[in-house]
Amino acid sequence: MPDLGLNVLLKGKNMARLLGGLWVALRISLLSVAISIPLGILLGVLMSGKNPVVKAILRVYLEIIRIMPQMVLLFLVFFGTTRAWGWDLSGETASVVVFVLWGTAEMSDLVRGALISIPKHQYESSEALGLTKAQTYWYIIIPQTVRRLIPLSINLITRMIKTTSLVLMIGVVEVLKVAQQIIEANRMASPNAAFGIYLVVFLLYFLTCWPISLLASYLEKKWR
Amino acid sequence: MAEPILTVEHLVKGYGENTVLDDVSFSVRPGEVVVVVGPSGCGKSTLLRCINALEPTQSGRVRLGNETVAYGGKGLTSLRQRIGMVFQSYELFPHLTVLDNVMLAPLKVAKRPKDEVQKEAEALLDRVNLLNKARSYPRELSGGQKQRVAIVRALAMHPEILLFDEVTAALDPEMVREVLDVMLDLAKQGRTMIIVTHEMQFARAIADRVIFLDGGKIVEESTPEAFFDHPKTERAQKFLRTFTFDSVK
Amino acid sequence: MDWNVVAQYLPLFEKAAWLTLRLGLAGIALAIVIGLVCALVQYYKVSVLRRVVGFYIQLSRNTPLLVQLFFIYYGLPKIGIRTDAAVCGIAGLAFLGGSYMVEAFRSGLESIEPIQTESAYSLGMDRMQTMRYVILPQAMSTSVPAFVANVIFLLKETSVFSAISLMDLMFTAKDLIGLYYKTTESLFLLVVFYLLILLPVSLLGSLLERRLRYAGFGA
Repeated sequence: MPDLGLNVLLKGKNMARLLGGLWVALRISLLSVAISIPLGILLGVLMSGKNPVVKAILRVYLEIIRIMPQMVLLFLVFFGTTRAWGWDLSGETASVVVFVLWGTAEMSDLVRGALISIPKHQYESSEALGLTKAQTYWYIIIPQTVRRLIPLSINLITRMIKTTSLVLMIGVVEVLKVAQQIIEANRMASPNAAFGIYLVVFLLYFLTCWPISLLASYLEKKWR
Repeated sequence: MAEPILTVEHLVKGYGENTVLDDVSFSVRPGEVVVVVGPSGCGKSTLLRCINALEPTQSGRVRLGNETVAYGGKGLTSLRQRIGMVFQSYELFPHLTVLDNVMLAPLKVAKRPKDEVQKEAEALLDRVNLLNKARSYPRELSGGQKQRVAIVRALAMHPEILLFDEVTAALDPEMVREVLDVMLDLAKQGRTMIIVTHEMQFARAIADRVIFLDGGKIVEESTPEAFFDHPKTERAQKFLRTFTFDSVK
Repeated sequence: MDWNVVAQYLPLFEKAAWLTLRLGLAGIALAIVIGLVCALVQYYKVSVLRRVVGFYIQLSRNTPLLVQLFFIYYGLPKIGIRTDAAVCGIAGLAFLGGSYMVEAFRSGLESIEPIQTESAYSLGMDRMQTMRYVILPQAMSTSVPAFVANVIFLLKETSVFSAISLMDLMFTAKDLIGLYYKTTESLFLLVVFYLLILLPVSLLGSLLERRLRYAGFGA
């Protein structure tokens, strides 16, 4: 039976290289999420605030970021900044910039959604009990918002990880690129390795994202 | 005396440990109005749901004419066409107009011609004073109007017997009357009905026979006069006392 | 920006946009079919199939489309399953989109109270009639917002088709940037054409959503 890629993967450091590629992708996503979440919370609070100018500006930002495919954003930042300002961003830096822009937009919308989902009478009944505004937020509103928000933020992590696969297209050497290199290097000895190796990449992504998704849906059910 | 239309024989129904219906038997003759009363959780609603085979039972059976109405049984859809049911929460189809709600089953289930069905549906709506709402959607109607449409929707299938499951319980007090009047009118027309209700005055007025259900068992079964004026059992007396406030004074 | 260059490249992008739209819509149509079938399997709790569907949803939702496409386009031919790039693109999009559509339809179906079904049964309807005349029409309109969001999401996802050498908008832009360094014009056209595809869908979506909200069925 011809080798479908397993032998190639077990040869030398190939598996370790593949995992190293996955780590590059994960590093970009985790860094982007870590920056996006606090920024998104800030913008989300501002968006549910009262200042109409701030709200309008944020709305435009959100809509622009959300309507464009992330890949287009990557191209704009990676190629566009070079053209416009002569910056020579590395693929990784450009990716983090794009994913932070995107992640912040998504997170701010989640925060806004969670905040407006708290019924008005929750505010009113706290007020009726004589709580101050700060107390109302601290004891009543924030705990409820956080419970709604945590599962959604965890989901944002899996979305971020999946989106990070795109960085291949601007030349970042991540797991798919490493897979390509391994397949190319073993083209003569194992011409059919692409099947097994891409299957392994597929499973690696699955094994990374699946537990996170399970956690998110577990928390969602628990806190509903 | 005429043969019964519907017979309930030794019906037993429970959820796990909990017995809801415990060996319930009775029958309904053509044109008869049977009212089932009893405290909350006595199994009244479950009884109606079992008659229409919306729920499985542990033992016993329900017979409509010479046929058995069984949960998941053969020919259930055609048997159900012969039994009309009206729910507490109306359950009109919100995406259809009043007229389409009424016509849906006669057209798609009974496969009757459209002209005839529409003419009849309009006549029935007229009879409950809702012809002007034929093109409205359920959300535009009041609770009382919705419930009258639900009754018409059941009637449009020409059922041999009608089941009413606390049909006024969800209504604002001022709308209860308009629905009860429709039911009184049906009784006058000689319709066969089983009515579950909390409206004792109404029960007394419409019933040919009252069944008092408590703890899943039929505790008393008698004429409305006998039941309301001279309840035989302690439980029935206690139940009826909850509707008066004499003891408070 | 050189408008002559823009004018010169316009036809290339137009052609690419049609490809993006054609493949995108085909994939979405298939995804709707997959989504509806799987949602019904879950709704009726069909014994074994239900587990298969659950596994498919997890697999599809927890992997990136790009990786799915690499496996379908470069991996599967090695075990004899060979198709052209367009079919791969459609298949990949359908595989991904199916699981998103299931969620949209499932939440629509679950939003219909079981007593609506009973009320249909009590009129003598069978399961098929109840689904067709009573449950589905209501579930569909509840699903509209999630459905529109999915359509937009999937159209955006088509941007990875260039990775399997389909000459879509991304491919065209990358090509022109790589070959002729016409970065500004290419990026401009890229954005304009994606807006042309996505803005109408997005606007239609919010219009539909608003209408449904005001016409809300309610009790």
